[in-house]
Amino acid sequence: MADVEFHDEIVDVPLEGDIDVPGAAKSDDELSTLDEPVKETILRDVKAVGNKFAHVLIPKQSRLLLKEWDLWGPLVLCTFLAIMLQGSTDDLNVMGENDGGPQFAEVFVIYWLGASVVTLNIKLLGGNISFFQSVCVLGYCVCPLGLALIVCRVLLAVSSDSLGLFIARFISVIAGFAWSTFASTAFLADSQPSGRKVLAMYPLLLFYFVISWLIISHTHS
Amino acid sequence: MADMSWHSDSGGGDDSAVLDMDQIEPGQISRDYDRDHQDDFGSTYASEKRGNSGTQGSKSFAEDMRQRVGENVTQMMWQAGAQSAKRAWNVYGNIDLLRPYFDVEPKEVQSRLLYSLIPLRPTDTRQEVPKELYGPSMVVLTLIALLLYQMKTADHRVEEGTLIGSAFAVCFMYWLGSSGLVWFVAYVCEVRIAILQILSMMGYALFGHCIVLFMGTVFHTGHDHMFFYLLWAIIGGLSTLKMAGIIMSRTRGPKQRLFVTGTIAVLHMFFLLYLHFAYNTFVQEISDALHDNLVPAPVSVNLNIEVPSNDVQAAT
Repeated sequence: MADVEFHDEIVDVPLEGDIDVPGAAKSDDELSTLDEPVKETILRDVKAVGNKFAHVLIPKQSRLLLKEWDLWGPLVLCTFLAIMLQGSTDDLNVMGENDGGPQFAEVFVIYWLGASVVTLNIKLLGGNISFFQSVCVLGYCVCPLGLALIVCRVLLAVSSDSLGLFIARFISVIAGFAWSTFASTAFLADSQPSGRKVLAMYPLLLFYFVISWLIISHTHS
Repeated sequence: MADMSWHSDSGGGDDSAVLDMDQIEPGQISRDYDRDHQDDFGSTYASEKRGNSGTQGSKSFAEDMRQRVGENVTQMMWQAGAQSAKRAWNVYGNIDLLRPYFDVEPKEVQSRLLYSLIPLRPTDTRQEVPKELYGPSMVVLTLIALLLYQMKTADHRVEEGTLIGSAFAVCFMYWLGSSGLVWFVAYVCEVRIAILQILSMMGYALFGHCIVLFMGTVFHTGHDHMFFYLLWAIIGGLSTLKMAGIIMSRTRGPKQRLFVTGTIAVLHMFFLLYLHFAYNTFVQEISDALHDNLVPAPVSVNLNIEVPSNDVQAAT
């Protein structure tokens, strides 16, 4: 029977090769999100955000922040900074005119405007990085400064105003500033054109410096 | 709504010879109808239907109208949104056009910053002005940060908006606005200079402002402004002379030279005065009050005491 022989021949050849679409997600994880509980989805996202914070706190050459960017971390950090830096309500009674309002908006504007300006500068200097990748990295790298803010608040709450206290706060903020700058340069180093790192660094330093200064000038306990 | 009733009618009615519906799915014809007959065919048909079926027809007409209005509004909103998104995208896409002006080496920026304070004697040869925007924009950003610091220390308040917003607006509007004005004056007086060169020149000149503001805020001596005036005259004057040299080497007639140089000098020097005094009034009032009332020195140094002392001034 010619047909059967023909069939056998076909079966003998093993199936080989990958069926994949260029650009599509390689892993199968994302296919199962429809069935899983909401809690798992949220936990996974929270874990991803926490993972990125850990990457910032222990800076190492990693492309995680660049590859899987999100704006959740920056948003959380920004809100945290803005709330913590909010002027105290006691001022209202003393000054009679302090509404304490602009502080929140100010931190918010500085945060996002600063990140956009730094990003725009990197792009204009010829860096190959997408807008949101850079905003993500810059936003996450404010994390050490957030820690410095917590230290400052604790110090201010514990003891009264004195020179020693100021020096301690100063040191913590400077450490946070150095840490933030170091972390962000570690992540953004590859995307900047060589020989022009100083040019890209300058607005970045200015951005973190303004935030550090906001933190150290905040003296309400 | 009209086409839905149309289907039910033609499907069940006797005059189905007009359209043989057996071959075609209702959904398909509805889609075709939607695509091809966006004109008033639907409404004429609706009016025919209204004639046939009385009150039901008028109800369907109202619904039809409502739907059409809804569709139109949605379409309008969508178009407006798409247009603004497109505009934003275009601005972002045009970044490539600006890129050549940011093509600069760190050393060049350094020397340009330094030379913005070293005036050169105007000669017959044109003084070179770079067409570069990196340095100027960084200088303006630094100025914004310094201004923010000054506003904070002077306890300046803005009614609506934020301090950073007003600092941003003031600095960028001065840079772009004054450059525009100077460009217009230069155009009228036939100065051989391009708008980008003016932007670069005015931007680098703001470096002097940065130094003066920094010194004035950090080493502010309080009661008098002699220190500031000194810096204003020396550093502001140097950067003004630098710009004047550039303009003079690129202009022919003496009147034109005087006019353009005068415009630049007035803009440049008064902006520095404005930056210092507009956001410094609070500190000035305090120092005046302290000076007049001879409040003991240890009390006057503390920032927390400043407001009561201001009240003292108001009372007297």
